[in-house]
Amino acid sequence: MATAVEHASLVRTRATSPAGRGVVGTLLLYALLLILSVVVLAPLLWMLSTSFKTTGDATALPPQWVPPEPTLEGYRTLFADAQAPLLRWFGNSVLVGVLHTLLVLATASAAAYPLARMRFPGRRVVFAVIVATLFVPGFVFLMPNYLIVDGLGWLDTVWALVVPGAAGAFGVFFLCQFFASLPAALEEAALIDGANRWQIFVRVVLPLSKAPLATLGLLTFLASWNDFLWPLYVLFNPSQLTLPAGLATLRGAYATDFPAVMAGAAVASVPVLVLFAFVQRYVIAGVARSGLKG
Amino acid sequence: MTTVSAADTARRGPLVPAATTTRPATDRRTRSPHRPRWWTPYAFLAPFLLIFGTFVLVPAVSGVWMSLHNWDFFLPDRPFVGLQNYVDLFTPGALVAQQFWESMRATGIFVVLSVPLLMTIPLALALLLDQRFRGRTFFRAVFFAPYVLGVSVVGLLWQYLLNGNTGLINGYLAELGVTEAVPWLTATPWVWVSLVGVTLWWTMGFNSVVYLAGLQSVDEALYDAAKVDGAGRWARLWHVTLPQLRPVILFVLTMTVLASANMFGQSYLLTGGNPSNETRTAIMFIAEVGLEQFRMGLAAAMSYLLALLLIVVSALNFLFLRQKES
Repeated sequence: MATAVEHASLVRTRATSPAGRGVVGTLLLYALLLILSVVVLAPLLWMLSTSFKTTGDATALPPQWVPPEPTLEGYRTLFADAQAPLLRWFGNSVLVGVLHTLLVLATASAAAYPLARMRFPGRRVVFAVIVATLFVPGFVFLMPNYLIVDGLGWLDTVWALVVPGAAGAFGVFFLCQFFASLPAALEEAALIDGANRWQIFVRVVLPLSKAPLATLGLLTFLASWNDFLWPLYVLFNPSQLTLPAGLATLRGAYATDFPAVMAGAAVASVPVLVLFAFVQRYVIAGVARSGLKG
Repeated sequence: MTTVSAADTARRGPLVPAATTTRPATDRRTRSPHRPRWWTPYAFLAPFLLIFGTFVLVPAVSGVWMSLHNWDFFLPDRPFVGLQNYVDLFTPGALVAQQFWESMRATGIFVVLSVPLLMTIPLALALLLDQRFRGRTFFRAVFFAPYVLGVSVVGLLWQYLLNGNTGLINGYLAELGVTEAVPWLTATPWVWVSLVGVTLWWTMGFNSVVYLAGLQSVDEALYDAAKVDGAGRWARLWHVTLPQLRPVILFVLTMTVLASANMFGQSYLLTGGNPSNETRTAIMFIAEVGLEQFRMGLAAAMSYLLALLLIVVSALNFLFLRQKES
């Protein structure tokens, strides 16, 4: 069975063609990787650099990678704008992301447990319906869900972003795969001890599933943090927006104030990049796993 | 692992002490481990199914219902119009039909241009990362990093970089002697180069990671056997790696086609659908009609047409790649 360690290192270090690469080959490999890294990272550095520039320096030619006169003007402009409450957006995004992730983890793990470990009438049908929706493109639900969210009085509230997305089948499917791989002996031992299913779920199954839960949690948080189309249309009040929806409004308001726009982009991206640096193993393992199961 | 956990459970003591210590086994009525309460699994499923039913099953049905009505968000009457919304979309000369198919064309162009690049470049990258060298975990994370940024950040960033007058890209092109500014975000064909290029920058790491996992699950013995048979590097790639990767390739292809067909944010933020709506994608048009003009019945009809098309394309992908296998 997959222990926490094995799961995290699913994308393990292994070489398929170790032999036959000389010094020249190795140098070429590193040269290629470095060039690609520069292509990937340069735009991000440019974003950071610009956020500390004056508006004049932001468009100066030739391009200046190090701000000639470093300033916090871009950040100050944004923080002072009541129509663009960046910190509020940041808080909304954190709140939505955390609540949504907790809801997904709770409901998906509870649903995956009986589907993976119990026999009951209707199990096959429920599982088939849930899996079938994995293949239905999400935009089909856009119009009706807008009406449902409106009917619930959730338009322009965090609930519009927290709850509907938790209906996705991926989490249930993902956890089912893992729960099904746990040995039956664990449950049998607990059942003989007189534990009921709920106690087994909370005290045996969940503690053993920390790694897949962490992976699912991170992927869910990331998707919520970056969700764009839905918040763009279900949120209206500037103080209610999440970062992605809010940033889109900067485009018009600060069309030429590039330091301010890049300051907004930096506030939205630096925290997730730092988080990613620490947990990249879990995120990448989760993505890799989804491919192998498909 | 098993023994540790069993011991762990044992250390905490019996979870329901009374049941095991004071009563004989035959007397366990309601707590019997072999006859659990019938509703237990349903209770576990209930919270998810409530949300799933409300936001997936109900909309799946009510969306069809909407598409058969002239469903305007602000009108009190939403008369039943049968298939009229669908008929309108196939009426040559009707404005909405023309706009819809123009947006479908934009989505189609984006899929055709982006999918081949999003399939091949990440595969090359994965093959590169599958070698043994110091720092591969680091490089893998670097290439994946843009994916953790949302499309909003990506859109704002590249709108600035690709700006015709003041952007970094044109700035460097000018340094290289390209005197005429390239209209990256305002004129064809440059808009397509920008949209595809930005999407590649943003998501190639994601596809690479999926490929890489597939590469690492290829049985090493197959490579050894091929080497014994005298197969060179390319022969091994062609005759061992790619055939072994087929299921992963199929998965990446299906996922990439779907993601590209869902393209919204890049056009919304980078080109605004311009020039003259040429890069306004189907999703962008559906959102405009449904959620800005609130002609939701019509928008629902358009979503179903697009979904049907995508399901057909996915099925064809699947059949095509399956057939090649046999």
